[in-house]
Amino acid sequence: MILASFITDADTRSVLYIVSFALFIYGLSGLTGPKTAVRGNRIAAVGMGFAVIATFLVPDVSNIALILLGIAIGTVVGVPAARQVKMTQMPQMVALFNGVGGGAVALIAWVEFRSSNGFDGVPTYVAIFSVFAAIVGSVSFWGSNIAFAKLQELIDGKPVTIGTLQTPVNAALGLVAVGAGVAIVAGSHSEGLMILLLVAAAALGNLLVLPIGGADMPVVISLLNAFTGLSAAATGVALNNTALIVAGMIVGASGTLLTQQMATAMNRTITSVIAGGFGGTVEAAAGAVGAGGGTVRATSAADVAIQMAYARQVVVVPGYGMAVSQAQHAVREMAKMLEAKGVEVKYAIHPVAGRMPGHMNVLLAEADVPYEQLKEMDDINGEFARTDVSLVIGANDVTNPDARNKADSPIYGMPILNVDESHSIIVLKRSMSSGYAGIDNPLFVNPKTSMLFGDAKGSVADITEELKAL
Amino acid sequence: MLVTNLAILVLAGFVGYAVISKVPNTLHTPLMSGTNAIHGIVVLGGILLLVDGHAQGFLNKLLLLIAVAFGTINVVGGFLVTDRMLEMFKQKPKELVEADAEAPQ
Repeated sequence: MILASFITDADTRSVLYIVSFALFIYGLSGLTGPKTAVRGNRIAAVGMGFAVIATFLVPDVSNIALILLGIAIGTVVGVPAARQVKMTQMPQMVALFNGVGGGAVALIAWVEFRSSNGFDGVPTYVAIFSVFAAIVGSVSFWGSNIAFAKLQELIDGKPVTIGTLQTPVNAALGLVAVGAGVAIVAGSHSEGLMILLLVAAAALGNLLVLPIGGADMPVVISLLNAFTGLSAAATGVALNNTALIVAGMIVGASGTLLTQQMATAMNRTITSVIAGGFGGTVEAAAGAVGAGGGTVRATSAADVAIQMAYARQVVVVPGYGMAVSQAQHAVREMAKMLEAKGVEVKYAIHPVAGRMPGHMNVLLAEADVPYEQLKEMDDINGEFARTDVSLVIGANDVTNPDARNKADSPIYGMPILNVDESHSIIVLKRSMSSGYAGIDNPLFVNPKTSMLFGDAKGSVADITEELKAL
Repeated sequence: MLVTNLAILVLAGFVGYAVISKVPNTLHTPLMSGTNAIHGIVVLGGILLLVDGHAQGFLNKLLLLIAVAFGTINVVGGFLVTDRMLEMFKQKPKELVEADAEAPQ
């Protein structure tokens, strides 16, 4: 009896919540270094366990079977997805997990509305925070799903716009959602308004992400991550739950910071990313390069092998192409061969190479590339001038000299890896198609550049074979 | 209650900002994935509304069931995926030592 009253005490729950968010913060601070990161993540997971247990501490537990069913369904879906996903598909997995989080927020806000007959008899602030959570959660759910579909290539990855109507339509949808929210907060109990709010926010989420393509995708996923965090924090205020407030807000703040850092790395503002249309000037850019002329030189795996075997320093520039063809292990094998021949091998990692910040690091780490060989952009850019061979593996936009030289290029001003400064450049590419951003790359017609066409993994394996034969 | 919660909200914002600003670029993907798992804490909201009998009626319960399932996917999927990514970084220090040992020769 004493125990029973103890475990249902409201203070006990609060104390457990304090324990859990202390573990979140401690765990996250462990993520600052590769050595402590695994432990940090697990500590945060333990914190989550405490938070869930604490939530069950109420005097009369209802609906226990339903809750356990929900947890069981989530586990059955989530665990295999997380276990089986390939490292290369990580960005869309994160987008999907982020989306369902946003969906949960929106659904909770909707039930709150329904079960209080339209926020009847609850403090106004509860209605305000719930409405905020409903809008942001719904935007995040649909936006993340579109991001997932684009990255998984279920729908076209290129920007999809409805032309000049885009901004007015988005603004109108935003106004409808906010307007419905204001009416609800002001005292309307109509469920139609709540559904209108959710639908308008859903349409807005779709339309916000559809026009976004290219290197902007990581920024968007990060932004949606921050959104879900903020909406979770708002749910926490509405439900008076400290654990939700703290955890949600930490994610909201850190996600915002991360989004800013990524946008800065691309010399773009978050506003211009959201405005979309990146890659919208494809035709203009393509025409300009065509007029500029220049020929592409194709080369063979044997030539590449010889060129690199006698180099002093080779810098590997990985991009999304390496991720797509799962070439990271083959690259590591090739690098080992080169090192055995006394060649110094380094990897130049652009902050937004791939589809997420650090995407390349994860892949190369998977292939056991030594951490110290991974060089960040600012550290490696000074070295290209004394690099004999730059091997660009499926990277495109992050090496495009137009970003430095051509003021009318859509990526003008984005910091790039200065591979064109190295003595020679070898580009592994599937075909002469343009990059994810849909912009032509004059690097490919540079007299110092030779192209090795084919699947990245196959090409790298061929080079390795040739290296063995040398 | 509202004012206390707002104070917590603001402080948590600064904590998040401070903790994350120290994370190196190389760990940004696991970090995004890790924070992604943490906002799965919304599962508590769904549990909360169910466990205290707050939600009545079939539709409300169905919506909350979906919310709990969604939240759980977010939490377990997020933490597992982050763990898998980080495990790959974990071997690095050993490699690093080996590389250092070879370097002087």
